[in-house]
Amino acid sequence: MLYDVKLRIAYAYTSPSDKTRLVVRLLPNTIPGTQDVLSRLLTFDPVPAERRERVDFFGNTMTTAVWHHPMQALTIDLAARFDRKPQPKLLDFSPPVGAIGAEIASRRSLASYAPQHFTAASRRAGPDPSMTAFARDHIGPEMTTFQAIEAIGRALYTEMRFDASATDVGTPAQEAFANRHGVCQDFSHVMISCLRGVGIPAGYVSGFLRTLPPPGQPRLEGADAMHAWVRAWAGNELGWIEYDPTNAQFAGGDYVTVAWGRDYDDVSPVRGAVRAAGGQTSTQAVDVIPIGA
Amino acid sequence: MEHKAETREGLPYLDGYAPQSGVSDELFDATGRMRPVWQPFVDAFTGLSRAEIAGRFERGNQYLRDAGVYFRQYSNEPLQEREWPLSHVPVVLHETEWETICAGLAQRADLLEAVMADLYGPGRLVAEGHLPVDLVAESDHWLLPMVGVPPAGGHYLHVLAFEIGRSPDGSWFVLGDRTQAPSGAGFALENRMATSRMFPESFSNDRIHRLAGFFNDFRGALDRLATGPDGQPRRTGILTPGPANDAYFEHTYIARYLGLMLLEGEDLTVQNGQAMVRTIEGPEPVGALWRRIDGQFADPLEFDPDSRIGTPGLMESVATGNLALANALGSGVLEARAMMAFLPRISRVLTGKPLSIPNIATWWCGAAKERDYVRANAGRMVIGPAGAVDLPFDWSSASVVAGTLRDTARGSLDELLATEGATLVGQEAVNLSTTPAWVGDGDTGALRPSPMTVRVFATRTPEGWRFMKGGYARIGPEGDAAALAMQRGGTVADVWIAADAPVPQPTLDAAPATFRRQRSGTLPSRAADNLFWLGRYMERCEDLIRLVRAYHLRLATMEGPDDPRLKLILNYTAPFGADATQAMPDALLARLSAAQDCASKIRDRFSMDGWHALRDLSQTMREMQGTTRPGDDAARAMSVLLRKITGFNGLVHENMYRFAGWRFLSLGRAIERADGLVAMLATFTDEAAPAGALDVAVEVADSVMTHQRRYRVNTNRETVVDLLALDADNPRAVLFQIAELERLAAGLPKATEVGRPGPLLRQILPLKARLEVADPADITPEVFAGLRAEFAAISGQIALTYLR
Repeated sequence: MLYDVKLRIAYAYTSPSDKTRLVVRLLPNTIPGTQDVLSRLLTFDPVPAERRERVDFFGNTMTTAVWHHPMQALTIDLAARFDRKPQPKLLDFSPPVGAIGAEIASRRSLASYAPQHFTAASRRAGPDPSMTAFARDHIGPEMTTFQAIEAIGRALYTEMRFDASATDVGTPAQEAFANRHGVCQDFSHVMISCLRGVGIPAGYVSGFLRTLPPPGQPRLEGADAMHAWVRAWAGNELGWIEYDPTNAQFAGGDYVTVAWGRDYDDVSPVRGAVRAAGGQTSTQAVDVIPIGA
Repeated sequence: MEHKAETREGLPYLDGYAPQSGVSDELFDATGRMRPVWQPFVDAFTGLSRAEIAGRFERGNQYLRDAGVYFRQYSNEPLQEREWPLSHVPVVLHETEWETICAGLAQRADLLEAVMADLYGPGRLVAEGHLPVDLVAESDHWLLPMVGVPPAGGHYLHVLAFEIGRSPDGSWFVLGDRTQAPSGAGFALENRMATSRMFPESFSNDRIHRLAGFFNDFRGALDRLATGPDGQPRRTGILTPGPANDAYFEHTYIARYLGLMLLEGEDLTVQNGQAMVRTIEGPEPVGALWRRIDGQFADPLEFDPDSRIGTPGLMESVATGNLALANALGSGVLEARAMMAFLPRISRVLTGKPLSIPNIATWWCGAAKERDYVRANAGRMVIGPAGAVDLPFDWSSASVVAGTLRDTARGSLDELLATEGATLVGQEAVNLSTTPAWVGDGDTGALRPSPMTVRVFATRTPEGWRFMKGGYARIGPEGDAAALAMQRGGTVADVWIAADAPVPQPTLDAAPATFRRQRSGTLPSRAADNLFWLGRYMERCEDLIRLVRAYHLRLATMEGPDDPRLKLILNYTAPFGADATQAMPDALLARLSAAQDCASKIRDRFSMDGWHALRDLSQTMREMQGTTRPGDDAARAMSVLLRKITGFNGLVHENMYRFAGWRFLSLGRAIERADGLVAMLATFTDEAAPAGALDVAVEVADSVMTHQRRYRVNTNRETVVDLLALDADNPRAVLFQIAELERLAAGLPKATEVGRPGPLLRQILPLKARLEVADPADITPEVFAGLRAEFAAISGQIALTYLR
């Protein structure tokens, strides 16, 4: 399925922002077998004085943009065309959830996909006792790792309320979980914390979700902005699988990926250092349109 | 030569010196004979009377106090400074033994470099099972952005420190590697300054190695690293986390000693992948930094986003190969305690050789066999987090979960090891050697065997690792090997490396050709900013002191607090947050504290005398605050403060070299004084002001006598405006201060642009001309308001031109 993605992030500064330096993770990459990126264009207005692209540890493209002069407003635009590959139905070859630890221990690599990067607490996601207890209540020893991932994701979907106004980008996972509400970022951080708490390696994916559902299906939460979901490691055979706790489904053909890492801090779409006296406001608009569907 | 006593029998101060059995002693060998290397020092020391010893020690203490050596104690109190805990008696080691130690540590340094290169490169050690994946992947110090980034200059590690101790059998072992930002080299130098004052006779025959050679080597290494691809020299500096760091004094000290710029994250900016230091002359490229800030905080864009002490873009300048760091970002991963468990084997794997100096025996509890061993031997182990990076004797209760340093019930230890084994290591509780330390005072003072470790410093040169011929020893209380940490009452001693023949005497001044004197005059913008504000805050202090004095002088003689002149002063000072009715207004302490805060950020550029004067002023204010009563008493107190602040100004303005820093300090003072005068005149010469207001203004402006001499009439609006606004010869006049601004601005870089006045002078010159030709009658209240706006604009222009 071909998708055209358009994203616009606009900032307005209350006082001119000087010496702005941004690290942007918005340029998507081809993931063999999953998505081909046919075209990608990231533009800034005003045009930055410096711009450089590098690849980070997890393979995401980082764009550094620097402005040497003060500016009052900034617009970031992404236009990309994806070919999202149809995915075969996942067959559960995963080990029992109690045996995942042994499979992790069998891996001897520091490469970015190594599950060991995703087992311990990272800056934004647990383990945390309350979430671990919640996760334990929803899995049983008879479950496979795959089943445990789905069970925990579903439980969170049932338990937590989607509320775009309740949390912000800095809300800790514990707080979102304690109040049982949040947006895709919170759902994802909570699920990651739960999974790590029961020994399942888990990371964070940022990307896009098709704006309008296929006929007859409901519109999904998170389609009007950048979306986030969870990548979990289900053992040597199955490897990494992706689950969207905000919509209680595996991330299928409606999802295109921009970046992934241990949590939001590894994939923040825009991370910036700004020298400004006042604050800033920002808006985000997203269109993900299937072509010729 | 007469044969000297070889045992402690009959030696003063050593009567009760009884090393414990089962440990090594530095002074006496196992048979109780004194080690020959100590003989000259012991002869000299035991020849001193008690009074002489006390005098010598005091000489050392005095030196450290005068030099301002302090140690920052981490506590809840903000920025608490403690006297440097010097243990006055040195540790003496023979150069042959030292060379053996250094050869062993050079091997270890090379091994650490190889491990670092593997962890950030191919990852072979993990792939082949020589290091557990988790240990690396879960370390806060293994920095992902550094993976695959080759270090500029080809090496990750350039300056290292090793904490070593001596085993009961007399051999040495490593307690910890300091690879992230080793501290202490500057303190070693300060200890040496102190001991050479206490025991000058020991240095008179040149048998003790000097420390300066190491610093020459280090400075040369840094300069080589800084050299650009085009062969052009680029700047070097020390990157410090700032005044809140426990080793900040050392950073300022080494910066001064080596002539390096002392930089904070804010001083740097990155342009086109090149790190630049922001100076008052504009950005200048930096090629290498001695990094004393932990990697995670170095760049908020790629590491900890909450870091306020980092430089956005620093990682990019590293990734593009334009910035060399000593040491590379991420080198803290080597300090993890568990690394000690694997290094012996890694040494054989990578080099085919065993470590020639072993490290403290360490077992990682993530492996079954080792875990069982630790469980069985927990009674003589210290068990703590595998990833912790503190040294064994700095272990806090948080980093020791079980073992000899902490009571732990057996059951909970077994459970802990079973469930959390992979996050724990056990380390053998070691017996350290003892060395003589002076304990007690008066008639009871004596040398006592006290446990010690030695910190050894190494720097990479093209000829290989070079070691400081000396170091510093940490000394614990007799019988308590666990209290070596300075934070917990341990002390620090100089380490002398003694030679049999005279040794060459390097000093920094006779440095090799690689040494370059920094071009003078390039002042980092942040330092200029702090100097500017120091000048402003000090002037604000003085201004307030004079107003408060004027209030309390009158309080005694006037009818009462309702006197209109008193109310005028109160109303005038209230908007600045000051309550002039207080005998020692809180606002005054706050202003001084703001000034001290600025001064604390530029300790490397600020004279010790100036710093002491500020401290004295603040102490005096605090003492007065409780005891001073309103009225005459307060007025007298203010006069005392005025004399002290004048003393500070004298120190600064009489003694400070007229380089750019002095100009910014003086600019701050001049602009504040001009602005303060205008603000006061606007209020006190207003038509609505009560009778006598003009006299207050003249008094606050310290111009009573001048007014009498110049005008021979009582004050009126014209005479006061003439004297305090338009007089070019009265230092307490607005015009005088504007002329001062012009002189200062004309001496700054970028003062002119192609022969015409630059932006700052263009702000000042018209203002000066207007006041030069004005009559007192021209200066209306509106003019005063306009002047204040112009001063704000000048201040803004200074910031824009020099402090950006």
